[in-house]
Amino acid sequence: MSPIRNQPIFAAQLLFTLVVAAFLIVPAFLSMLAGVTVNYFRGIQSGLTLQWVEQVWQLYPDTIFRSFVIALATLIVTLVVGVPAAYALHLRSGRLSRAIEEIITLPLAIPGLAIALALLLTYGGFSEFRRSWLFILVGHAIFTLPFMVRSVMAVFAATDVKTLDEGAASLGASLWRRFRDVIVPNARPGILAGSLMVVTLSLGEFNLTWMLHTPLTKTLPVGLADSYASMRLEVASAYTLVFFVMIIPLLIAMQIFAGSRGNTLGWRR
Amino acid sequence: MSGHGVAVRVEACAKTFADGTRALDPVTLQFARGETVVLLGPSGCGKTTLLRIIAGLERPDAGGSVHFNEIDVTRVPIERRNVGMVFQSYALFPNMNVAENIGYGLKIRGIADAERKARVAELVVLTGIGGLEHRRIDQLSGGQRQRVALARAVAVRPSVLLLDEPLTALDAALRERLRGELDRLLRTLRITAIYVTHDQSEAMALGDRIVVMRKGAIAQIGSPRDVYFAPANRFVAEFIGAANIVETRCDAGALILPGGRLPVADGTNSGAVTAMIRPESIAIVAADGAILSGQVDRVSFVGDRQRASISGAAEKPLTVDVPNSIAIAAGDRVGLSVDPAAVRLLPGDVS
Repeated sequence: MSPIRNQPIFAAQLLFTLVVAAFLIVPAFLSMLAGVTVNYFRGIQSGLTLQWVEQVWQLYPDTIFRSFVIALATLIVTLVVGVPAAYALHLRSGRLSRAIEEIITLPLAIPGLAIALALLLTYGGFSEFRRSWLFILVGHAIFTLPFMVRSVMAVFAATDVKTLDEGAASLGASLWRRFRDVIVPNARPGILAGSLMVVTLSLGEFNLTWMLHTPLTKTLPVGLADSYASMRLEVASAYTLVFFVMIIPLLIAMQIFAGSRGNTLGWRR
Repeated sequence: MSGHGVAVRVEACAKTFADGTRALDPVTLQFARGETVVLLGPSGCGKTTLLRIIAGLERPDAGGSVHFNEIDVTRVPIERRNVGMVFQSYALFPNMNVAENIGYGLKIRGIADAERKARVAELVVLTGIGGLEHRRIDQLSGGQRQRVALARAVAVRPSVLLLDEPLTALDAALRERLRGELDRLLRTLRITAIYVTHDQSEAMALGDRIVVMRKGAIAQIGSPRDVYFAPANRFVAEFIGAANIVETRCDAGALILPGGRLPVADGTNSGAVTAMIRPESIAIVAADGAILSGQVDRVSFVGDRQRASISGAAEKPLTVDVPNSIAIAAGDRVGLSVDPAAVRLLPGDVS
């Protein structure tokens, strides 16, 4: 049996944990439940239905599709920019590197609305760009880049990547070969953790996106706000349900992927 | 003697880091083809910086240059210097298995699969890690990792083998065994090797020559015997092995000590001197009639010998190595005898 365990304290801790978890989960559950209730104001006894979900699927399919496209594109941008940036920032210890690191991190502290406003002020005049989903992509990339860079740099710091890099260099590997053969494979846990963050943040991002979107470039969260404002509560709730149904398998899949490969550094090809 | 690899010349290489720290004063050094030179000194003496300059991982300050076989490589990055390097932390790639690690440099050089496999197999035998080829790095012990690192570094037939404290991360018994194997390997390969360590016994066991460094400068260059028996200064005397440093007057060919007079072979100069006497060159004799005598403070038995501390003979207690067959105990009065040739007069203090 288990080692000495103080039963009353353990019970209290368990209860506390369950209460906190319930406090967080119950609203989400109720919201999803509302999405399949015939009439929210009459409650669950009014019956269950999928008509609201169907309505969402008819009204907002483009927002769902667009959100995934933007999340994927954001992931690609942050991978292509963020991983080499993390490598460069880790290897160079100068003051300039630290300054760049701070600048990259800045979007975490600045409200999304302010970033959006700055983008609108600067690029709002380029109407083609302003009207396309790429405008939102830029905002998402700025906002999520620090998560990718930080997460990869944390792994670099933990695995002494600098010495691995020097070791590969001593064997004759060029910068690109080192990056490809040694740096990226050993940064996998950080890249996976960062990717998870980037995709989920991008899918759920509202502040920035709400400022940057046009009626033709709504994303899922913006569409959700729209439905709350203009539709029945049941439709908005059904929308939430759709969001959960789409994102939870994605999260689980990425966690499994990260768990099976990420936690052991000795990854095999 | 014909060896492998290149002759290395370091010319006026100094290193000042970005924050203004001076890690190395201008150093000029020659490394002959095929010889093993140990850079020895306490931490912060600049030995690793010098090694990294030779490797191409650091650029020397303006005015310094590095030459491989008289070709200036100062501006050549490490990946094009064809060096082999063994790091203190091994720097093995966790994403590759043992064979892939060893073969990586060959792969980079575009060596065909079959030839690469043959070379890896050869090195696995040479370094005694047969059977581990398909292991992951995290499944290896410290000693095995060290061997893989060594095999990986020599696989590419480097111009010069650079070793940065390769045994420091290992425990004492293993360190001793691997030191012997490393020595055998270096003799077999006869490749120019530059070895950094802070461990003087490692330096003496492995080096054809030892470069003793201190505070960014060279304190002495010499064979292990030279630096042990004829240290250039007090720092070297105290850093290499155990040494009794006696500061006293010299008069008529003998040191004037509280416990008597000690004849000195090179005692031509008189006045204030600093002398060094190794513990093993002092012998215990009968107290009666001895020219130098003192009292035993402490004896510690260490097996193959016993180390005694004798007070009253000189200003400070003398450390004396006593054969384990002689029974002495704290409180005994003993006479001391020293071969006059074993008393080494040192130039003035440099600290």
